[in-house]
Amino acid sequence: MTTEPILETFALTRHFGGLAAVDQVAIELRPGELHAVIGPNGAGKSTLINLLSGDLKPTAGRIRFAGREVAGLPAHRMAQLGIGRSYQKTNILRALSALENVRLAAQARHGQTRLLRIAGREASLVEHARRALARVGLAAEDKSAGSLSHGGQRQLEIAMTLATDPSVLLLDEPLAGMGPEETRHMVALLRQLAADHAVLLVEHDMDVVFAVADRLTVMVNGSVLASGTPEAIRGNAAVREAYLGEAVA
Amino acid sequence: MLPRTRLGWWLLALGALLLAAYPWLVPPFYVTLGAKALIWAMLAMSLQLLAGGVGLVSLGHAAFFGIAAYSVHLLTPEYESLSILVTLPVAILAAGVAALLIGALSLRTKGFFFLMVTLAFGQMVFFLFHDTACCGGADGVSVGRPALGALGVEWTLGRGDRSLVYYYVNLAIIIGLYLGLAFVLRSLFGRVLQGIRVNEHRMQALGFDVYRYKLAAFTLSGAIAGLAGHMWVMSDGRVNPELAGWHLSAEGLLMVLLGGLHALHGAIMGALALTGLNEVSQLITERQLLVQGLVVLLIVLLLPRGLAGLSLPGRRHKAEADDDD
Repeated sequence: MTTEPILETFALTRHFGGLAAVDQVAIELRPGELHAVIGPNGAGKSTLINLLSGDLKPTAGRIRFAGREVAGLPAHRMAQLGIGRSYQKTNILRALSALENVRLAAQARHGQTRLLRIAGREASLVEHARRALARVGLAAEDKSAGSLSHGGQRQLEIAMTLATDPSVLLLDEPLAGMGPEETRHMVALLRQLAADHAVLLVEHDMDVVFAVADRLTVMVNGSVLASGTPEAIRGNAAVREAYLGEAVA
Repeated sequence: MLPRTRLGWWLLALGALLLAAYPWLVPPFYVTLGAKALIWAMLAMSLQLLAGGVGLVSLGHAAFFGIAAYSVHLLTPEYESLSILVTLPVAILAAGVAALLIGALSLRTKGFFFLMVTLAFGQMVFFLFHDTACCGGADGVSVGRPALGALGVEWTLGRGDRSLVYYYVNLAIIIGLYLGLAFVLRSLFGRVLQGIRVNEHRMQALGFDVYRYKLAAFTLSGAIAGLAGHMWVMSDGRVNPELAGWHLSAEGLLMVLLGGLHALHGAIMGALALTGLNEVSQLITERQLLVQGLVVLLIVLLLPRGLAGLSLPGRRHKAEADDDD
């Protein structure tokens, strides 16, 4: 891959009190590339995503997105610029229908300049939402989001992120809690998405990670331990020792 | 917040017809009372937009009611009266601007803190009217009632038919307000408000500047409270600091709670019910607050969805279960 990075960080750092949850992290995401971040619990993977999505403000360091400095912008600005995220802990609008969840996501991107139209007559937003639901394979659009199965809620979470038409996708453990069938579907979807998005994937399932990632970054204690192709990471002695163990040897 | 079925809308229309017939069914005293109850309904609807629509509970909303009322006083020369076409826009604008400023500061806080900050701002406005010489101080002052009419053509109202006219003006405003808010709630803007009520954090992550949406809703709500304040001056002909006090704010919230948070018409039902309850309890006992308290407590305990939840229990529960939390 020789394309320019669309999202890159420089010495990105976030302290919680005395603890450096993310410490001097440099990472690059390129369009058409799936970049997986792995590491033990507490390595700072979710904090990294929270910094990139604007949910948290960095203590120090820079984030450059499509040629502009975006570190410290609030979450809604990041989303409007095209950085979409999903949450590790399902974060949906439980009381509303699945379709309305995704329709709102589409509205966030495409409907904020015509706020005084009757929502029911804005068919383009509904169509947009249906396409996102179809893409993740979720059929139950009329059910309330809270009544979906756990896997269904995870799919909905991804559909919402997709409906905002992001150019960068930050996916925080999208497969957590999905059944085998849903996982297969989601892995196929991840491959598709990587074709025309820059994807940052945080995931614990190593089989999936090594199957879909174009590039891997290993984080330990807030810092980047190693970064490279899956083959290079698999062969990296420090990574084996710190994290992978014998599991993928 | 709105009826989902054609039948629901027909029932609302029936309710409007009943309200229109009311003055012909009761003695004149109760027409005056009804006109005031409709003003409380306006105030309750402004709170309903915030509490039921966005999930924001303000304890200082009477401030906007009071600011609108006092703006009519400040605008009107002594012993004269101005056209409603002048006073009403000014009162709504004054309340709206105040809501924009107070909202801009209060909405930086959430939950309990928002409650306290709005209460504090509300009390500041109360003491502004109470402790300064500008507007009659603690006792208040009488105000020339805004006149119905404009450009020299005025509808002079005798003492006798005043209440009846005000009643119908207020009823027309309530109907207009309901339809206007129904439009707002069904618009793309209203859907965002609903989303914020359900999960503010996720809405922000999707790309909605929730602060600005909440501020817009707060301002609109303050302006509606101002509309109510204006109509109060018109029917009462006096202002006093209590119009801006926390007691009225709390009573407005009580009406919303009584009527039900989940239906827009609940605010109207709650306002009418509480006004009626106050009247009845005054007739039967001197300890009216005790009676009121017990009745409100019973309704809230027995009808978690408020009075509005009473209608068509079987149908509504199913319809609203998907939508409301």
